[in-house]
Amino acid sequence: MSTAPILEMRGINKSFGVAHVLHDVDLAVYPGQVTALVGDNGAGKSTLVKTVAGIYSIDTGEYRFEDQIVSVHGPKDASALGVEVVYQDLALCDNLDIVQNMFLGRESKRGPVLDETTMETKAREVLASLSVRTVKSVRQSVSSLSGGQRQTVAIAKAALWNSKVVLLDEPTAALGVAQTRQVLDLVRRLADSGVGVVLISHNLTDVFEVADRITALYLGRVAADVATKDVTSQQVVELITTGQAAGVDTGKAAAHG
Amino acid sequence: MADTTLDAPGTEADEAAFAADRTQANTLGDAARAYVGRIRGGDMGALPALMGLVVLFIVFGIANDRFLSALNMANLITQAGAIMVLAMGLIMVLLLGDIDLSAGVTGGVAACFMGVLLVKHGQPWFVAVLAALAIGAVIGLVMGVLVAKLGIPSFVVTLAFFLGLQGVPLWLIGEGGSVRVDQEVISGITKSNVPVTAGWIAAGVIIMLVAALSLLSHRTKVSKGLQHQPIAVVYAQIVVLAAVLLGVTYILSVNRAPNAGFVIKGIPYVLPLVVALLIFWTFVLTRTSFGRHVYAVGGNPEAARRAGINVDRIRISVFMIASSMAALSGVIAASNLGKVSTSSGGGNTLLYAVGAAVIGGTSLFGGKGKARDAVIGGLVIATIANGLGLLNQASYINFIVTGGVLLLAASVDAISRRRRSASGLG
Repeated sequence: MSTAPILEMRGINKSFGVAHVLHDVDLAVYPGQVTALVGDNGAGKSTLVKTVAGIYSIDTGEYRFEDQIVSVHGPKDASALGVEVVYQDLALCDNLDIVQNMFLGRESKRGPVLDETTMETKAREVLASLSVRTVKSVRQSVSSLSGGQRQTVAIAKAALWNSKVVLLDEPTAALGVAQTRQVLDLVRRLADSGVGVVLISHNLTDVFEVADRITALYLGRVAADVATKDVTSQQVVELITTGQAAGVDTGKAAAHG
Repeated sequence: MADTTLDAPGTEADEAAFAADRTQANTLGDAARAYVGRIRGGDMGALPALMGLVVLFIVFGIANDRFLSALNMANLITQAGAIMVLAMGLIMVLLLGDIDLSAGVTGGVAACFMGVLLVKHGQPWFVAVLAALAIGAVIGLVMGVLVAKLGIPSFVVTLAFFLGLQGVPLWLIGEGGSVRVDQEVISGITKSNVPVTAGWIAAGVIIMLVAALSLLSHRTKVSKGLQHQPIAVVYAQIVVLAAVLLGVTYILSVNRAPNAGFVIKGIPYVLPLVVALLIFWTFVLTRTSFGRHVYAVGGNPEAARRAGINVDRIRISVFMIASSMAALSGVIAASNLGKVSTSSGGGNTLLYAVGAAVIGGTSLFGGKGKARDAVIGGLVIATIANGLGLLNQASYINFIVTGGVLLLAASVDAISRRRRSASGLG
């Protein structure tokens, strides 16, 4: 369907002391696609996300971005590449408004003075381009927003910086049905705008609804990397719990295994 | 066919509907309703302090006919100056959810150094004042590093400095000693007045500048389609500001000398100093990224850190600002008293300033507060001290009333915080 991956992790190994958390993990993110990262607790999803985000360094392996090997030593390197992470615990400041949160740490300035006009205009543009209509005003404080609206703001914040890859850590974990609906629609629109999206989720219904590809992790190894349309929910459950599933090509895992 | 449906006018209209915010108050009535809604939700801002001020003025005005005299109003302003400046610095620390218990004593220590440099070493006034500010900044730097880098709670660090720094004046000027401060410029801060004409011109210029700036910014917002207040509210704000400025200038421009044959009139220099500091810190807090980051760290330090803000640097600079402002407040207090003594900045100086900040509307929980809170709250605290003093009440009543007011303000803060989180306001 799509061309070359925009971001590729190849043969990633990561240990914390004696605990070898990631074994030769490969992850490919394609522009315009949603790649779901699934796996049981302790499978290494969060560690993998944090290596992509630059919070953890890689022991061995290649971090490739737009077909170039890059070295990422911190969150700033990752965001300089255009890789943004939306963490589960949101990281928004309740006492600031939506515009202030979206530009936090990267405020537009005219000389030493904050350029509120530019910031508010840009924030509106991004929210409008993602068809966000549930927030009443971009100047309302974040504490007045619902969980789904906060998630929306966090995702829009990641989309604001012409990001090329956005990683979403359990974006629907704490949301109700209607709000989950909103956020999944937003994830889809984000991918349709050409961004490579990585969705980490426990909820297979969500995964099957929006993901183009599924990468399943099992005990720190990639159990399978498949197109969503080629597998069933049952098979993905087997991949998550046992690392293999009948009828699924786990060639990648075998090749490295 | 599908494409034309997507581009149908309905979709565009919906996006336009977002661009014009639905909560945008376009008429005065809408604006008033939005304001009432905010107050009900617990976001009261400076309203309790302003109402308290009105009540205090009425009560003291009835109880003592000298209270509302021009002479006493000028006294009130010079008494409030030091409290306001101290509170303005303290608000920065409170915005982070920290506290600086040593601020009063820091001001005393800085003023002592200033006094000693002036009197014993014959230094010019600006050297002495700069030295005082530098000493404040160094004290703030040390406390900030201890809080930010070692992670000691600010309460403990500043309590230690509160105790330790009280020894410095004793060492500098000896047990029970004091240093007279009668240098012309420094005592002039509170004892000299701006010429009446200059006062009127300054008031007029400030009003015109504020009016021009707020009308200009309103026009930009309207033309760019950004969220804005109704024009009537902008006019109302300008009119209120003009009324306050012109009123104060008028009261301070009449002759307030108690005896015939003398003429005392004009605005005490401390007032323009406070106004300049108020404008400066309001600008820093609302128009610079430093100010934005201070609010962010106070609201959610983890979010600020992930946004790439250097939280430790913000915390250290805020402690330095608070201590430097405390030093300036110590200089003003020395000017007002005409001397520096070993007890300068001790006693209830700090609690007055914390009380001023909290009464003005700054939250002790961090993330909420404005520079103007210091001015409004400082006026309330100074009015209580001044009014009770005029009534010749025993000083124990002053302590009890001030403590009660502080407790009341903190309760209002805690209750309104609970209401805010219940109603989802910031």
